[in-house]
Amino acid sequence: MMLLSISSSVFEPGFFSSAPVHVALIVGAVVSVVSGVVGTFTVVRGQSFAGHSLADIGTAGGSAAYLIGITPLYGFLAMNLMAAGVMELIGIRRPRGRDLATGIVLGAALGLAALFLYLDTTSSSTTGATVNVLFGSIFTLPPGMVPVIAVLSLVAVGFMLVLYRPLILSSLSPDLAAARGVSVRPIGIGFLVALAIAVSLSAITIGAILSTALLIGPAAIALRLTKRTGHAIVTAAIVGIAATWLGILLAYDSYYWMPSNRAWPVSFIVVTLIFVFYLVVDLAVGRRARPRRSPMVPETG
Amino acid sequence: MFSPFMINAWEACTIIAIVAGVVGFFTVLRGSAFAAHALPNGAFAGAAAASLIGANAILGLGVFSLLGAFAIANLSRRARHDVATALAIVAMLGLGSLFLSMTTEYAPEIYSLLFGEVLGIGTNELLPAALIGAVCIAAILFLYRPLMLSSITPDTAEARGIKSHRMELAFLIVIALATTMAVPVVGTLLIFSLLISPAAAARSFTNKPATAMGLSVAFALGMVWLAIALSYTTNLPIGFYVGVLGAVTYAVGRGRAGWRPNRTVSPNQSEPTAPVDALIGPSR
Repeated sequence: MMLLSISSSVFEPGFFSSAPVHVALIVGAVVSVVSGVVGTFTVVRGQSFAGHSLADIGTAGGSAAYLIGITPLYGFLAMNLMAAGVMELIGIRRPRGRDLATGIVLGAALGLAALFLYLDTTSSSTTGATVNVLFGSIFTLPPGMVPVIAVLSLVAVGFMLVLYRPLILSSLSPDLAAARGVSVRPIGIGFLVALAIAVSLSAITIGAILSTALLIGPAAIALRLTKRTGHAIVTAAIVGIAATWLGILLAYDSYYWMPSNRAWPVSFIVVTLIFVFYLVVDLAVGRRARPRRSPMVPETG
Repeated sequence: MFSPFMINAWEACTIIAIVAGVVGFFTVLRGSAFAAHALPNGAFAGAAAASLIGANAILGLGVFSLLGAFAIANLSRRARHDVATALAIVAMLGLGSLFLSMTTEYAPEIYSLLFGEVLGIGTNELLPAALIGAVCIAAILFLYRPLMLSSITPDTAEARGIKSHRMELAFLIVIALATTMAVPVVGTLLIFSLLISPAAAARSFTNKPATAMGLSVAFALGMVWLAIALSYTTNLPIGFYVGVLGAVTYAVGRGRAGWRPNRTVSPNQSEPTAPVDALIGPSR
């Protein structure tokens, strides 16, 4: 009896029978797994900026898609793959030039986003386009998107599995990898493609903010807890799923928290969960932390 | 184009371009592009909070961009810098989405906060912009030598007693101030273009820091003025032109660097090559 009352106060009425919640839980888990796999390498390779930028860059594609009336996901995907190509072309490989290359592409893409969003808001009455594209919501996802998302996730994870061994080596020590005959550049390009797919996927389903949070947060937490790449990937995926599901539950419940009966945004709740979890892990593990890094990106080579 | 209601726009953008050119030089030199993106973007939450409680947007932007600067500086003492920046930006954006959900702000207003609203600048906004801009430039001049040293050779700087994390925090605060000043005019997303592109292009033309800084300011001014003119004549958003002109400026710089046969092209090798002592003077 007590269990029942606890569970009914934790899971507000209708949580398990709501279709949007089902879709959100499934998509949240799928995106968390993909983000965990790709995110671990993103953190190890020091490409967080690229990972975050792609989420923003995708908005240019998403808003263009709104404009010509196709599914935003394809806009995100096309734009991100193109952007990843340009970043690679103008020098994402060099540690120091990397941030700059990313920044230049990001700046240009944001300019395009400014144009497309402007045209979106002036050409149609869908003023929600700006907010939708930039902030997204896991609850407004049409169920028809789930198969597409599943397929793309498989492609991204498949990419990572194929690249797995050489990617670990070339991420941890590019020089050693090159000496052993690993072709570092194609591996880097392959990773960037997987990153572009993963970020498009997460940005369109859960919004650009959550995309970065899920890509970097769980992976950063996992890498504080373990040094083994394989373990870190699994940990990151689990942390991601936990944060997303808990976030969805709390966002659903939050509808009843305030007298105004307005739900809190799920993005905010998930981001906060991840951030707090990171701080807790950081404090707990902090004492036996690895040597402090200098604020600059270390030069390799 | 130069009618009275446009004069404020020209003046405000000129101030912003000068500050962005100077601050941007160090942003590119230090490889702080991510922070230069994160602080304005995260400050967005501050503007949303300010509109929620009915405060001045500048106040909200200032508080949040400074918070962001401290968060990045503190988190990055125990984690990789890019990870710390990513965590700080998502935390701030998360707060922003919470504040946004509470307000009844219209989408066009959000849009202008993100991408800038040049036409709506009042004369009363010029003075704060000029003041904050002056503070930024004064701070950069004051910190010039230690900042230069810790940007180029952090180890040498440490050996001379310049704490690199303190320099980092100081520089992040300068970016935060520049953000606060620029966001109401050019938007959270496009101050970033102004910080990165002109300075990156300038470095392709010269190895001398002072010349590069001057060129960077010149490019920023050119970009902004052209953007206003184009935006005015075509009636399209200024953010679009700033973003695209930024990429063009950078491409011109890269083309120029590649065209000169006796120089290495890669941006990571175009550090000033003069001996450090010649650059920053003898140690005190």
